[in-house]
Amino acid sequence: MIDVPILRAGRAYTSKELLELRDYATGQPVARVSMANPGLISRDLLADATHGGAWHALQDLKVADIMAMLVDAARHFMQSSLPVGSGTQSPQEFVDTQCSTTGLPKSLCRQNMAKIESAMLNMASILDGLTGGLDLGVLDVGYGLRDGHMVSYAPKARRFGAVLPANSPGVHALWLPAFALKMPLALKPGQREPWTPLRILESLRAAGYPQAAFGFYPSGHDGAGVILRKCGAAMMFGSGQSVRAWIGDSRIEIHGPGYSKVLLAPDKAEGWRDYLDLIVTSVSSNGGRSCINASSVRTVAHGRELAVALAERLAKIVPRSRDDANALLSAFADASAARAIDAAIERGLAAGGAEDVTAQFRGPNRLVEFEGGSYLLPTVIYCDDAQNPLANQEYMFPFVSVLNVPADNLIESLGPSLVVTALTDDPRLERDLMSRHTIGRLNLGPVPTSVLQWDQPHEGNIFDHLYQQRAFQREKHLELRA
Amino acid sequence: MSASEAQKNGGGDLTARIAQEGVKLDAWVREIVAWHFDPATGTPFWLDYAAKLGWDPRREIHCFADLPKLGYFQDEWLRGGPVRRWVPKAYADRPIYVFETGGSTGIPKSRITLDDFRTDYSAFSETLNDNYFPRGGNWLMLGPSGPRRLRLAIEHLAQVRGGISFCVDLDPRWVIRLIKQGQIAMVEEYKNHCIQQALTILRANHEIKCMFTTPKLLEALCEKISLKKAGITGVFCGGTEMTRQFHRFAREELLEGADFAPTYGNTLMGLACNKPFDPADDYAIIYHAPQPRAVLQVVEPEKPDQLVEYGKWGRVKLTTLTKEFFVPCFLERDEALRTPPVPAYPWDGVADVRPFRKLEANVVEGVY
Repeated sequence: MIDVPILRAGRAYTSKELLELRDYATGQPVARVSMANPGLISRDLLADATHGGAWHALQDLKVADIMAMLVDAARHFMQSSLPVGSGTQSPQEFVDTQCSTTGLPKSLCRQNMAKIESAMLNMASILDGLTGGLDLGVLDVGYGLRDGHMVSYAPKARRFGAVLPANSPGVHALWLPAFALKMPLALKPGQREPWTPLRILESLRAAGYPQAAFGFYPSGHDGAGVILRKCGAAMMFGSGQSVRAWIGDSRIEIHGPGYSKVLLAPDKAEGWRDYLDLIVTSVSSNGGRSCINASSVRTVAHGRELAVALAERLAKIVPRSRDDANALLSAFADASAARAIDAAIERGLAAGGAEDVTAQFRGPNRLVEFEGGSYLLPTVIYCDDAQNPLANQEYMFPFVSVLNVPADNLIESLGPSLVVTALTDDPRLERDLMSRHTIGRLNLGPVPTSVLQWDQPHEGNIFDHLYQQRAFQREKHLELRA
Repeated sequence: MSASEAQKNGGGDLTARIAQEGVKLDAWVREIVAWHFDPATGTPFWLDYAAKLGWDPRREIHCFADLPKLGYFQDEWLRGGPVRRWVPKAYADRPIYVFETGGSTGIPKSRITLDDFRTDYSAFSETLNDNYFPRGGNWLMLGPSGPRRLRLAIEHLAQVRGGISFCVDLDPRWVIRLIKQGQIAMVEEYKNHCIQQALTILRANHEIKCMFTTPKLLEALCEKISLKKAGITGVFCGGTEMTRQFHRFAREELLEGADFAPTYGNTLMGLACNKPFDPADDYAIIYHAPQPRAVLQVVEPEKPDQLVEYGKWGRVKLTTLTKEFFVPCFLERDEALRTPPVPAYPWDGVADVRPFRKLEANVVEGVY
């Protein structure tokens, strides 16, 4: 049994309230997670205001030195046995445990580890992109010159809070820049996946990063609320329902459902077969668990043919053993969630206007058991129109709607979309797409929705979220420029 | 742990006292049933109920174990009037209070009372340590008052101990409404509004030594003030679920040496006192009902006539037995661990009380 602690300024704290994590298939206990009561989190965050917390320790570091620490941390993350509670966890044990509590096959656990490693190793490049080429030494002294112009940045917060997800470990790459940006952290890990954020913290600690900056608070919704309320800047992952209360709070960068889409414009719809591989990848990579997986395909023609062909391809993705290198589907760690999703889809189908075209290839049962785990098999829903609720739904498995949309309504039908891969060479359509701020990430051409460049914003730019440019003048520089 | 092992832990004397309490409880049940079902003194609701039963509870119910013959009390019966149907005829000419519970939406549940709250809180007063809750010390009541029992109850507690109680109100119905509307910032603002009022009183030289508050408000208050510097030496805490972790956190990081008296209570039962703090309990908060006026049992959720073993989880079943109010076999919206009798309370206790999981989805808990 692994004991996962709370980290209070880096120091392990064992709670009297323990959450038991069990293996998704065997039901055997795997870990006991110390749960932080909201008052404890609040009290720790209060210390930032009264004692400065870890703030000064981080400000004394040079960004260049932190970059070197991140490179070292990447090595620890991938290769070292790192502390978890009173014990340690090797990379293989990390993969085994993450798989066990989340249902993610080990192949995907390793893929996601590589994403974290890559983000650590390439942090300089990532921040170069996010800052628009700013010399990060500016953050060490507060000001500097860029292209001959004076620039100055001030931090917007004294601590960065993050309410993290459990669906896809690679997404933790999103908050990694906070280390380089010298921001103390308050993390609330996803309930079944404390492993990645904890290993990231321990790899940074092993690389010499000040542990006083580490707040790691497994907790319930009330603990998440404290972090979101009391940190000067925060990031939140959650369902549409859980993020709703925080929409409009500029301190909080919200990562809700992605509703990512593939769009086939009039000039490409006839050649839809050429894009089938692209769509399969967009829907199913990483087990279809990410907000960047496509959940809808909008085309001006051949929707039904495309849906059937896509269904035939996706139906070949079946549950495999957790150790199988080709495993792509994830089990649902909470079987009741799988049942609820299956039931919701069936209700949507019963309401009419939509057809599960996958059923003809995989059989009628979408929800299956395999080696003790509950799986939802890939599902393609052909919808009569964009108003159908199933056309605008996203689930944590390869689920996609396909529908024909009139050409003059193609872009309007998209709605808010984290990623849109637009298949078109029509310059006018491209310009129209470029002008839509409701598209978070626009891929023009055959780039799968699931391909990310971390040096670009993803539902916000963490540098802009944490730092604000100010006007700055200093006498000696005025003389220089005169 | 078996009952006999539990009794051994408390010594041979405890075994005898457990038996004595059982005899006393059975006698008290007969007296209460006789009272509430007597056409001269009885409660209109129960007299009507007996008429529909077709048998006379006074003849059939001889002991506590016979009470399930009456069926399970439904708290829905308490929603809506006429409220007088709950007033025993013997008290028809006496001044009546009504206390409410629930009511964030729809009709609240109403419970009538005359002196029960005074009786309960006078008894509770005797369990407080005078060194930390000094006689004559003034009190601050920071929590839900309004139509609830707490305002009058804490005021009585202060008075019976020779002190005066200051009160800051919090309206939980408003908080629940804000939460349901997703107005998180407004919830915080309202909480701060309450805390600011408390700080004002604490800084106004009123010689306040003791306070009642809820876990969340205690946390919020301690972020603004040192209890020690404010002169608070005793904290009586209740109103919502309290976990072991909160208990430990409060003792280690909030109280600064002040005594801590956690309680479990509600409008239907009265007030269950905590077992005196013992490090061996690992911060479990163990409550014992004010027997024989109320009885708490931990039962199998699917077979509520059957107690769970000691140390096992079950649903909390309440029976209230006072001449003002009779509640037989009410299944609370809570679950708990069953704990054995102890010398201070030679009857079963309940530990780690928390919302009953099967109902949890429908309960907005811990809003204050």
